[in-house]
Order: sequence, then structure tokens, then C-alpha cells
Amino acid sequence: MPTILEVTNLKTRFNTPEGIIYAVNGISYHLKEGETLAMVGESGCGKSVSMMSILGLIPIPPGKIVSGSAVYWGKDLLQMSERELTLVRGKEIAMIFQDPMTSLNPVLTVKRQITESLQVHTGMKPQQAVERAGQLLEMVGIPDARRRLTAYPHQFSGGMRQRVMIAMALACNPSVLIADEPTTALDVTIQAQIVELVIRMRQQMSMAMIWITHDLGVVAGLAERVMVMYAGFIVEKASVDDLYEDPRHPYTLALLSALPRADRRREHRLKSIPGAPPNLLTEPKGCPFAPRCELAFERCRIENPALDMVAAGHEIACWVDVRTGESR
Amino acid sequence: MTESQMDIPLEPSPKIPQLSADEIESPPLTLATLTWRRFRRHKMAIFGVISLVLIVLYAYGGSFFVSEKYANHNDTKIILQYPSAKHPFGTDTIGRDILARTIYGGQISVLIGLTAAILEVVIGVLFGALSGYFGGLIDALLMRFTEAILTIPTIFLLLVMAKYFGGKIPNITFLGRTYSGSVVVIIVIIGLTSWPYLARIVRAEFLSLKENEFVLAARATGTPTWQIIFRHILPNSIAPIVVAATLGVANAITLEAYISFLGLGVRAPTATWGNLLQGAYSYIDKGAYWLWLFPGLLIVLIVLSINFLGDGLRDALDPRSRTV
Amino acid sequence: MTRYIIRRLLQAIPLLFLISLVLFVLMQNVSDPLATLSGRTPTRKEDRERLTRQLGLDKPIIVQYLYWLIGNDWTKIDMNGDGVAETPGIRKGVLRGDFGTSMWNRGVPVTKVIAQRLPNTLLLMVVAELLIIIGSFIVGIYSALRQYSLVDNILTATSFIGYSMPIFFTALAAIYIFAVYFKRWGLPSLPTVGMFDPQEGKTTSQVLVHMILPVFSMAFISLASYSRYIRGTMLEAMSQDYVRTAKSKGLPRRQIIFVHALKNACLPIVTVIGLEIPFLLGGAVVTERIFAWPGMGRLFLDHLERGDTPVVMGILMMIAVAVVVFQLITDIAYAWLDPRIRYK
Repeated sequence: MPTILEVTNLKTRFNTPEGIIYAVNGISYHLKEGETLAMVGESGCGKSVSMMSILGLIPIPPGKIVSGSAVYWGKDLLQMSERELTLVRGKEIAMIFQDPMTSLNPVLTVKRQITESLQVHTGMKPQQAVERAGQLLEMVGIPDARRRLTAYPHQFSGGMRQRVMIAMALACNPSVLIADEPTTALDVTIQAQIVELVIRMRQQMSMAMIWITHDLGVVAGLAERVMVMYAGFIVEKASVDDLYEDPRHPYTLALLSALPRADRRREHRLKSIPGAPPNLLTEPKGCPFAPRCELAFERCRIENPALDMVAAGHEIACWVDVRTGESR
Repeated sequence: MTESQMDIPLEPSPKIPQLSADEIESPPLTLATLTWRRFRRHKMAIFGVISLVLIVLYAYGGSFFVSEKYANHNDTKIILQYPSAKHPFGTDTIGRDILARTIYGGQISVLIGLTAAILEVVIGVLFGALSGYFGGLIDALLMRFTEAILTIPTIFLLLVMAKYFGGKIPNITFLGRTYSGSVVVIIVIIGLTSWPYLARIVRAEFLSLKENEFVLAARATGTPTWQIIFRHILPNSIAPIVVAATLGVANAITLEAYISFLGLGVRAPTATWGNLLQGAYSYIDKGAYWLWLFPGLLIVLIVLSINFLGDGLRDALDPRSRTV
Repeated sequence: MTRYIIRRLLQAIPLLFLISLVLFVLMQNVSDPLATLSGRTPTRKEDRERLTRQLGLDKPIIVQYLYWLIGNDWTKIDMNGDGVAETPGIRKGVLRGDFGTSMWNRGVPVTKVIAQRLPNTLLLMVVAELLIIIGSFIVGIYSALRQYSLVDNILTATSFIGYSMPIFFTALAAIYIFAVYFKRWGLPSLPTVGMFDPQEGKTTSQVLVHMILPVFSMAFISLASYSRYIRGTMLEAMSQDYVRTAKSKGLPRRQIIFVHALKNACLPIVTVIGLEIPFLLGGAVVTERIFAWPGMGRLFLDHLERGDTPVVMGILMMIAVAVVVFQLITDIAYAWLDPRIRYK
């Protein structure tokens, strides 16, 4: 399968009155056609920012993409003009967001919000667009789809709204769907439904997907490869199986052990990660996880480890071998 | 994942550095510090404060340099003179020096603004608090009353009230100076027509605050009602009151200027910036711009300064934004 | 929705009664209406007494209010002073549309007096309001899109200064620049007095030209404050998540600004503008005095000064009703425009 998206050394910063926020500090990865990549990390680790940087959705006065490239089918998105980007957004790469209530325009009908992308990107006539919009709503499982077209977002429930967002995103058959924590704001049963829907859509439309989440539980049934982010860096990349069975980065380990599990004996206390998330206002020096890492030693604080292959398709950025506790 | 791997104990390494408080969180800031820092960032507000101080100094400090007698002294030989070295702001239609009159007029305008605002705040807070706290019949009555006043555009109401009270109150002699009774009238009527605005704000604050637990706690410990209202709830709603009061001063000065301009406000012998403008428009053709320019500019300047100040206060006191 | 309207109207009625009562009482002490009536105080005692009885001024205030409200044609008044009421009254009362007759313009019904001047004020107000709305949208949106640019900063500063100005200052400055100075510099100057030049007659172009300065003075200040308000709501709308979604769909910038953002930004403005319209009348008072515009504001001042209660009450009640009506219209308009309210 060819690689359709190649991100290299992406760095994004924000200029704020309190100082520079080092949000994304040089991440690199690739996405193959049709595959699903998960991006995992706690709030503020830069996963959303990195995705929005690629699509040029970061507000540029405070934000600035300092370096890097994001090559999509041979063209670097970060070098494109705004006009060129509008041809990519929605049509080639679509995005869905975390909170469907605020992400949908409250004063426009659902019909309008779906047909406008269709009309802009495919030049469909209004009639056709409405017809297609109805089909899309049906596809995502909205009952009585054609009548609901003229409804407004607030007239739908949370789960339904997210389905509408998905229909909107998929309208023009994009090759890549970026999902930024789409299930975080929903309750668990609805979560499962949405995930199931997305899997179905992915298959139907043979799309590649990047799924951002802080919830390791969701990733398991959904992605083929996973990237773990911390403080604007990628600290581990692996296939889903490898990540769960053989995690090699202390942060990943800590995340996994913090997951409450049904099959563990109840006497085990839930492990939390000591310390607090890093202050992004300081330029990163050394490994970002060092202050909270139980295995950290001198070198960790001075030198930031680069991603290094430890097994086939499995990379980590760490000076320590978690299996032995010794440096590599 | 096998259970055994999950159970690998990770020995705490003695090499983990102790993190200082700074590295973990930013130091806690008190409300006062936050407010001051935000205010300081608001350059316009600083400008407002400075120019406000300057204007007040001009009006009150100026009387040390210019006597009131001089301000009221009229010499028909020098009527309508252009601004000159002797009369930097020119002379008016009966030969009085305008600069001197703006000094004394300023004192009255500022006085009216402040006093009317104080009156407005007292009544508005009282009615708003009672209305918001007790609800029910008191609320219904007060709110009808509030609405009634708000429905009539202020100028009309003021004009009618000014006419009603006009000429009824005699001149007052206070601290050796004579003030026209109309000053009191203006203060009272502006106060009486401006309080509804503030009352509504206070009422809204009380409505939401009285559901808080600290009120419940105060009631449970037997705190008398008036204490709950004034010592517990009121201090929590100080922010919008301060902002509204500040802007109320500007509003009062403006209203006084309007009414005096129309001839129904402060009467002779007392000068205000507003009544200095009275009839200035009849002399426009003669090009006597100094009749209205200087008092007018002073009004604009003081209102502008207060608006800046109020804007800055509003941003600074908004408890919702925690960013400094 | 209809129930809501009816409920609001019902609430408005006691409000209007309360207002009318308060105003009526205030107007009683305003001045001696008898002096107004004939230009000078009637010298003969009998005349004074007759007039007093005819106008019902000898009755207690509450009765006078009653007569004002529901007329006195259902009762008799004592015209000849013998203590016995024998002449039927002729007033029908406000509730039946009879606002009485002016005391200053003897015998002319109040409604006629007002009707003569009302269109002139409406002309000013409507044109000013249109200018304000269009202008503030243009300036506000432009400012929001070019946030922090030099133009934005200049516009912001101008707005601040603008809405700190009292109307008479704006008007006087406008007169000074556009009439006096223009004349001095040989430029065509704008007229500053009245509605038309008596020598030219009341032609459309005359009226239009005479309207320029008054409308400008009234509009400038409101424009200053509304453009800032619109700038604020636009900025807020543009920072919302749904704008980010719209962008992510690859919609052209124009569509994002003028459809997605603007539609949301408009809503609160409808309320603000709608509620302000009747208050433009207040500004008209000063403006009409300065420009000698024959409108309602000036009418009010003139008749107030002469203690002509019926006319003053007529104007005031009309304004109060206008305010209440506009509040209702604004509420309905807002509820209709915002789909979150319209559809449950």
C-alpha cells in the first residue's frame, strides 16, 4: 500500500503574552493508503495541534509552524497557499472534532451544512446535493433521514450530532479522515456505536484514518498502528498488537498500567503517573518524560532521545530498556 | 498483554529529581494581583486614569489660580473675543473669561457626576438587592416600577422632571460659595432616572448568588438577613456594580450637559460645562467656535477617560478569565 | 408564540397605565396653564375662573387624570360657577383616542398637532437608523477581519471618541466644519437651519440637503458604538468551533465569514438595535433644537416650556407605547431568527 501522507519533523509553536508555547516539537510519521493510525496521549500533548497544523487550521498570528513538511500525494501541505489548501480540505482530507454541539453551526440547517461542501467541491447542482445529503444521513444511521435534513443541530442528541458530523466529513469521499477525539464527549454506549459506524464507513469508502484519543481502550479495536505522544514529541510507534503486548516506553507502560482492567484482581491499586504534565512554556531540554519517569537517569535529563527502531515496525524514543531497567 | 507483565514492579529510582513548586504549577495569585496585572495591561485604562486625574486637577486645582469672582466678572467691552493670551479660551457673550468659567463649571459638572452616580448606586443597589433576594411580591412591584422608568427615554423624563422641580429650590450657600438650587435638582433627577439600570444588574447578581451554598450556610447559622445581603452576597457582586457606577458618572455628566444645554438644567449663577454651551449654536455663523469647543472638548475628554477606565475595570474584574 | 405575545401585551398594559399616571402627576406642577392659554394671564377674574372650570383644573388630580383617561362626556361640569354641574363635557378620553386639545394652539386637537410634526422626525430617524445599521456592519466586520491592524486601531480609537461625544458636540462640530468653514473656503456649504429654504420651497432636494447634517450628527455616535459591538460579536463568532469546522471543510473564506460567522454575529445585534430605535427620539430632541428642524423633539420642548400638558402627555404616551411595541417586536424577531428558540 503506498504512503499517502508523510509528516517530517513538524514543529508548531504559539506566541502568547506569557511566552512561547512549544506545542509540537518535531514529530515524524507516515500514513499508508487505507490504514488507520491512532494518536494517543494526554490532554495538551500536542496531538490535536499537530493535526490542525497539517490542515492549516491553526490561527496563525499566535501560532506558527516553525518547521517540517507534510507531504500528501507528493505535495507539501505546509507550503500550500490558502487557496490550494481549500481544495484539499474537505475533499481529500476531512476532519471531525470532539464536541459536535459547538462544532456544528447552530443557525444553519444540517442540510445546508452538508450540501455546502458538496457544492463547493464537486460542483453538484443543488437538487443532487440535497439528494446526496439525504443518502449520507441515512448511511450514518439517522432515522427518518430525509425529513431530518431540514432540522438544526440543537434538535439532535449528542450521538446523532456526531453522526451528522461524520456524514458532513465523508460527503466528498475524502481519502483521509482525521478524527479528533470524536467520542470523548459521548457516553460509553454511544461511543461504541460511533466507533462501529466509523469502522463500517471506513470499509465502505476505503479511507485512511488518523484517530486521536487519550483513551487507550478505544484504540484496540480500531487502529492498525499507534503513536504515543508526550509533550509534543512522539515517544513510541508500534503496531497495535505490539503496543499492547510489548510496550517499550516508560510512558506507554505507565499509561497502560493506569487503565482499569476487568481481569485484574481488585486489590491492586490503580496506578497513576506521578508528577504533573510538563510546562510547555519552556523549550524542551532532555527527554520530556524524565521528571516523571521511574527509570530516568542522568542522560535522560540532558539529551532528548530520538526515535529508534527496537523491533520490526516498533520505534521508541528512550535511553532505557524497560525490560531490564538499564540503558540501551 | 499478560498479567505478569502488568505486575512488573517499577522500583522508584533514587535518581528522580525533586521538582520545585515553580516547575509544577505557576504560583497562586490573589484576586487583587490578578486584577491589577490585567488592568495594567490595558493601556487605554491607564491613559483614562491619567487624563481623568488631570481634568479633575484642572477643575479643582484651577480655582487656586483663578477666583470665582473673576469667573463671574463680565465686561461688555470684551464680548465674544477670540482666544488670546489674556483669555486663552476667549470670552463669552457677556464678556466673561471662558477659561475661568470652564474651571468652575468643571467643578460643578464633576460634582454632579459623582453625586448623581452615588445616589444612583445607593438606590439601585438597595432596590436590586431587595428585589433579587426576596423575590415574590417585592420583586414584582419593584420590577414594574423599574420597567416603567426604563420605558421612557431618559431625556424626556429628565426634561419633565426638571420642569417640575425647576425654580422650586432656592440657592444654597455652601462653604462660602453660592450654588443655584438647580444643582441639587439635577443631581436628584439624574439619580432618580438612572438607578433602574443598576438595579437590574444587581438583581440578576443576587438571583444567581443567593442559590449558592455560602448563603445557605449563613442562614443556617442564624445570620440576620440584612447581614446576609450586605456582608455576604453584596461583596461578591461588587464587580459589575463598580463598572456600572464608573460608567454612571460619565452618563450623569453627559445627561447634565444635555439638559443644561437645553436650558432646563443648572441655571445661573452656577456654571457647568453643559450650560456654557447653551445658545452657543446661535453664534455659529459668527464663527465663535470657542464658545462651544472648549467646554465641549472637556466633556468629551472626561467622558472618554471614564469610558476607558470603565472598560479596563470591566476586563480586570471579570472573574471568569483567569489568564493574566 | 401567540400566547407569548398576548402575555407580553397584557403585561404592558398596567405598565402603560402606571407610566401615564406618574407623568400626569408630574406635569401638573409644571407651570401655569392658564398663562399659556392666552399668551398672557387673563385679566378678568371671571374669565380665569371659567377657564379653570372648563379645563377641569379645579378638580383634584386624580379626577383630572380620570377625565384625561376616559373623558368627561359621561358627566357634567359646572361651567357657570354656581356650584351645580350642568354642561356635559366633550372629551372622550385617551382610551378612546381623544388626547384633548392643545392649550397653546388653542383648540387644535393634540393628535393633529403631533401628526403635523411626526413625519419630519420619522424621516430623520429612519434615515439615520439605516445609515447606522449599514455603516456599523461595514465598519464592524472590516475591523474584525483586520484585527489589530493599523486601520482597526484607528477605527477603534475613533469609535471610543465618537461614542463619548454628546450629540450637541457632534452637531456643533459638524455645523462648524461643513457649514461655516466650507463657506469660508468657498466650498458648497450645507444648510443648518430648518427643513428647507423658504425661498426654494419644500422640494425633495431641499429637504434632502437640509437633512444631511442633522442625520449625520445623530448617526455618528450610534455608529461608533455599534460598530464596536459588531466587531466584538464577529470576533467571537469567528473564534467558535463551527468556524473551524467550516474551514476544515474547505469552504471559501467569503462563505465562512459572511454565512457561518455573520449569521451568528447578527443575532444579538438585532436585539440591541431594535431596542434602541425608539430612543433615537431622545437624541432627536437636541438635534432638532440645534438645526431648527420642525419635528417632534422640538415640539416637545416648545410645549413643555409652555406647560401644555395635553400635548406633552400625548407625545410621552406615544413614545412609551412605541418603546413597548418595539420591545415586543424585537423579542419576536429574535425568537424567530434564532433557530434554537424558534424550534423549541
